[in-house]
Amino acid sequence: MENGLDLEYIFNEFLKGLGLSSEIAHIIWLPFPMLLVLVSAVVGVLVTVWLERKISAAAQQRIGPEYAGALGVLQPIADGLKLLVKEDIIPAKADSILFTAGPILVLVPVILSWLIVPFGQDLLISNVGIGIFLWIALSSIQPIGLLMSGYASNNKYSLLGGLRAAAQSISYEIPLALSVLAIVLMTNSLSTIDIVNQQSGAGILSWNIWRQPIGFIIFWICALAECERLPFDLPEAEEELVAGYQTEYAGMKFALFYLGSYINLILSALLVSILYLGGWALPIPVEIIAKFLNIPLNAPLIQVFTASIGIIMTVLKAYILVFIAILLRWTTPRVRIDQLLDLGWKFLLPISLANLLLTAGLKLAFPQFFGG
Amino acid sequence: MSIAVTTQLICFSILSLVVIIGALGVVLLESIVYSAFLLCGVFLSVAGLYLLLNASFVAAAQVLVYVGAVNVLIIFAIMLVNKKEDLKPIENLNSRRIISTSICLTLLSLLIRVDLSTVWIIASPNSSIGEESTYRIGEHLFSDYLLPFEVASVLLLMAMIGAIVLARKDVMNQDISTGLPVDQELIEKTKEPFLINKN
Repeated sequence: MENGLDLEYIFNEFLKGLGLSSEIAHIIWLPFPMLLVLVSAVVGVLVTVWLERKISAAAQQRIGPEYAGALGVLQPIADGLKLLVKEDIIPAKADSILFTAGPILVLVPVILSWLIVPFGQDLLISNVGIGIFLWIALSSIQPIGLLMSGYASNNKYSLLGGLRAAAQSISYEIPLALSVLAIVLMTNSLSTIDIVNQQSGAGILSWNIWRQPIGFIIFWICALAECERLPFDLPEAEEELVAGYQTEYAGMKFALFYLGSYINLILSALLVSILYLGGWALPIPVEIIAKFLNIPLNAPLIQVFTASIGIIMTVLKAYILVFIAILLRWTTPRVRIDQLLDLGWKFLLPISLANLLLTAGLKLAFPQFFGG
Repeated sequence: MSIAVTTQLICFSILSLVVIIGALGVVLLESIVYSAFLLCGVFLSVAGLYLLLNASFVAAAQVLVYVGAVNVLIIFAIMLVNKKEDLKPIENLNSRRIISTSICLTLLSLLIRVDLSTVWIIASPNSSIGEESTYRIGEHLFSDYLLPFEVASVLLLMAMIGAIVLARKDVMNQDISTGLPVDQELIEKTKEPFLINKN
């Protein structure tokens, strides 16, 4: 695959031109992509919160936020500021060390997982070889944070919420990993870049959603369950558990949970678009359009243009999925805990195992369509 | 010393400090919940050590299996046990502590002795396979390590079936440990509306 824009190389060459050694140039470069991804994740959260407010209002025939900025776009910033200046309370009988460490353990793995989200051929922080496996491993740390905060709050609702959250994320992690495994089987690689490139053959027709329809549905259900979105928001079921493991939290510690859950939602949507919807690829391949319009793809300006189109496509696909998730939240009832566990263990797990077996069989039978 | 080597050294010393102090905490702390959470920190830092050795797949597997499965299960078990009973004070606690400490120190000295007396074959940095290790692990698992791999899976299957049999007492009519018939009433309780009974 031809390398597109390599910003790191250009930046390092620029610093070397100023007389710095390549190692120092590398160290100066390192924070930039991380900061960029962190900022884009937080901005993504703000957009999602605004969307959630507006769409829920539309679903309930209300208007929603209107006065803070045009169409209420400044409302999420006001929410964030409110949480930032609120008093940070630790309950008297709570375990203060674990109470503080809990939200951190929930948020950090989610943000670390952004390491592997590609927005273009070279537009990701690190193309690590274990790629998508890193995300699966990191997301398995989260239940510990939830259990920790549930226990440390010294409150029965919190403890029950924490236990439910951990049980839920353990049981949905297995079908999730198995459906990712089917994709990896087709790609012969764990790297997210390779997974997208494998789908780039014939535009929309070669996206994995057509080859893995069962896997796509399993992955989406499990991703919703991992994000604790309705219909699977049992850990914080208001009517039963007040707010689950978040009950005792206030101020910035609560905001960490809030941020974590929304960043996780956006991350899941991005990963669905990368694994099943062709990532940064257009529905019609760029090569064909360029050939049709007679434009050379190697020209620098065209490369900047295609890279920005790629970012827009990835984000657009992700936000369509976020829209579906929000719509689901405001239109479906919540399942019971036994129904949730039954669905995970007795339905999704066997189906995803069968899907894996089917994929392996199809790969042997039709190597040209299912990645030889 | 180059920047990369210095960074590695700093990371290594921090990780090994966390491993040692964390492991001591797991053993020595009174609160079992703290021990369980510290164990999670120890597992994570061991994964970090694997990362320093360029074994990213092993590191991720370590996080997934030990932190995500084993440790969560341990914490779950601790939190679901709902018995509020005071444990009996252990007799001759001090002499027991001295004996166990001396055994541990002997084991440690044995390990150090093995470490110093073995001639370690250290691969040159250029021969490290890095990202390719995932493929190599797969090849080994399905060729020369196939038998241990399959035996391990049979072992896990046995453990799983055993756990199901133990958890579902209605499958067995006889208690395995005592040999007495299982009290079936304990399994399916009939609901009694207690408000009516009280009047």
